[in-house]
Amino acid sequence: MIETYDLSKVFDDFWAVNGVSLTVRPGQVLALLGQNGAGKTTTVRLLTALLRPTRGWARVYGYDVATQGSQVRAFIGVLTEQHGLYLRMTAREYLDFFGKAYRLDPQQRVARRDQLLEYFGLTAFADRRIGEYSKGMKQKLALARALIHDPPVLLLDEPTSAMDPESARLVREHIAGLKSSQRTIVICTHNLIEAEMLADTVAIIHRGRILIQGTLDELKESVLGPREYRVQFAHPWSLDGFAPPPGAVLVHHDPLSLRFRVDRPHYVNPQLLQELVACRAPVVAMQEVPRSLEQVYLKVMENVQKSDA
Amino acid sequence: MHSMTRIQAALNPVWLIVQRELRDYLRDWRMLLPSLILTVGFPFLMNGFTFVAVNFVNRYGANLVVERLVPISILIIGFFPLTTSLLAALESFVGEKERGTIEPLLSTPLEDWQLYLGKLIVSTLLPLTSSFLSILIYIVLIAYQRMVMPSILTIVQLLLLTVSHAVLMVSAAIVISTQSTSIKGANLLASFIVIPVAILMQGETFLLFWGNEDVIWLGVLAVLVMAALIVRLGLAHFQREYLLGREIDMLHVSWLARTFWKYFKGETCSVIEWYRILVAESLKKAAYLVLMLALLSVVSIVASYLWAQQELSDHVTLLLPESRMERIERLRGSFLSASGIEEPFYLHPWFLFFHNLRAVLIAAFFGLFSFGVLNVVLYMLNTSVIGVVLGIFNLLGYSPLPIALAGILPHGIFELPALILSCAILLRAGIVLVTPQAQRTIGEVLLDVVADWMRVMIGVVIPLLLIAALVESYLTPYLLLRFVSFP
Repeated sequence: MIETYDLSKVFDDFWAVNGVSLTVRPGQVLALLGQNGAGKTTTVRLLTALLRPTRGWARVYGYDVATQGSQVRAFIGVLTEQHGLYLRMTAREYLDFFGKAYRLDPQQRVARRDQLLEYFGLTAFADRRIGEYSKGMKQKLALARALIHDPPVLLLDEPTSAMDPESARLVREHIAGLKSSQRTIVICTHNLIEAEMLADTVAIIHRGRILIQGTLDELKESVLGPREYRVQFAHPWSLDGFAPPPGAVLVHHDPLSLRFRVDRPHYVNPQLLQELVACRAPVVAMQEVPRSLEQVYLKVMENVQKSDA
Repeated sequence: MHSMTRIQAALNPVWLIVQRELRDYLRDWRMLLPSLILTVGFPFLMNGFTFVAVNFVNRYGANLVVERLVPISILIIGFFPLTTSLLAALESFVGEKERGTIEPLLSTPLEDWQLYLGKLIVSTLLPLTSSFLSILIYIVLIAYQRMVMPSILTIVQLLLLTVSHAVLMVSAAIVISTQSTSIKGANLLASFIVIPVAILMQGETFLLFWGNEDVIWLGVLAVLVMAALIVRLGLAHFQREYLLGREIDMLHVSWLARTFWKYFKGETCSVIEWYRILVAESLKKAAYLVLMLALLSVVSIVASYLWAQQELSDHVTLLLPESRMERIERLRGSFLSASGIEEPFYLHPWFLFFHNLRAVLIAAFFGLFSFGVLNVVLYMLNTSVIGVVLGIFNLLGYSPLPIALAGILPHGIFELPALILSCAILLRAGIVLVTPQAQRTIGEVLLDVVADWMRVMIGVVIPLLLIAALVESYLTPYLLLRFVSFP
């Protein structure tokens, strides 16, 4: 579990992180989104006990990052922004080195190393120098390093960057597997589709402050407003005599479709359908208009830019 | 047994770092090849030079120079591989930072000291191996050419000096590496290592020419102590945060000035308050060191007085009576002139003040580079002069007590405390520097100790030196003439 309260870090006069309060429970994935320099990496470094908070506190797996750095680091797997691999080592030597640094016993270390090399398809290249690896292979090896000690908490910065689609899917599946085995995971990413696929909660950070956080549905609701539904007709239909029920607002219409914004869909949508059928509307489909995390993010950033201006 | 297991468990990660770094180094031909060429090639070059030099001085029968030339060559040969390996040490932390490999390493549960010690050992081990190999090749060459071989003891001393140079340079380079944000910045700061070590080498060369083995042993000990203190300094101020917290090298002059002023002035609003709170606090913190140095002064004065009695009696009695009289007359003349007839420049208060201030500042300068240790040595040299002067007076037939009471005590009660205070504050600065302080950077600690020293210098030492100079110039000569009877 990760808990932070008013977590802040100042460098000289610059507040890189300012008053961040978060909670990520076991089995949850938090996606930390933001522009470059927003404070994501500093937040991760604070959670890894590499930086000391200027104000506030953070607890990772029950340990305080300010006073129990060594314990915190023992239970965290970190994928850093740069892969940070020792290019003159082989993958086998590299994972061995980190296995020893995380104090795994020899049998466990070898088993875990081989298992990860196998999973990420690196076994055939395990005795080659890392310098000879492709970008994607390096990224996979860096992720294997973060997982070598099977940590209960994972902090992953751009986990699928530079990977081909198959590898990215493999990594996403692995993260999903880790999530279902009750790991606490924080992902920093610019890949909003990936964030939407993996995250339970999302926090958007800007200039060190969390602008907004919540589940995907909560964010969509609060940023983009009530959900929208589209009704499609079999043939052109006129609106004459039709009045939407209370709680549904007509936002668009053409002869073949209507779009409504609905506050409480569970309650309003059945009434809406009844009304349409009563008016002999040739309804063939009714579905929610998809809204992406990207729309949420861009809307939030647009609002920020407006308020900055 | 249990504690041994614990120590072993604590040292395992250190060995892990050493192994990894060694593997990396041995796989990098760009580092390995120049080191190998220098290690093997330089002894031959030096041997050629020594051979020519020995032949040249032999023509003039300067056998002593020949004897001393070989040990000095060994010292230089041992030193050269260290200079190239300095680069490896300089980039140990900051290089990893630039390559982005430091963050995964820092994210492991390894303790700061384990990381630091691992890097230190590997950075010291490699250049030392190369130095020892060079020295071995050179000694074989000398033996082959039947040149004068230094004694085993001298070789041991030279090897120890080489070890201490390695530890000193590498540990200083690693301190720089942990405090820099780029390899370029670290390389620029490296001159702060090379220059003091070059001066040190000159001193050691002088000692080797002089050939006093006891003094060389003291030199070896002093350099080893210095090296240990720098290792301690590095360990005390190594912080993961510092490696990741800054991205570019910037000299914040305004921050430096602001921080220094904050430490120097504190929250005080007037000079009286500044004296009452901050200066008093500085003095209080250094009180135990003041006491220790005062005791050392007494020991030093007594020891040097006894030494003068024992060692200088022959020299003084060998002086012809006319010569003795002439010297006494000259001394008396200077006191007379100081009492008003004709004032010689060396008894003018400003001359005395600046002379003493210069002595304090020079000692402080050396103290700053040696955690206050050299300051104490120079201070003790100063106080031992008092004992020697009193001893000589005694040998010349004067009772030392009236001279001490009339000639030293009146200005000494101001001058000696001033010297002791400056020395004690700098010694404390050394202690503070090697003490871990997680909340502050090494720069902040350095500014704090310099501000502390400046506070005591401006607030107490300089006024005391002024009073001492006035007393020594205007009062001491009168007292000497009144209470000491010259023949």
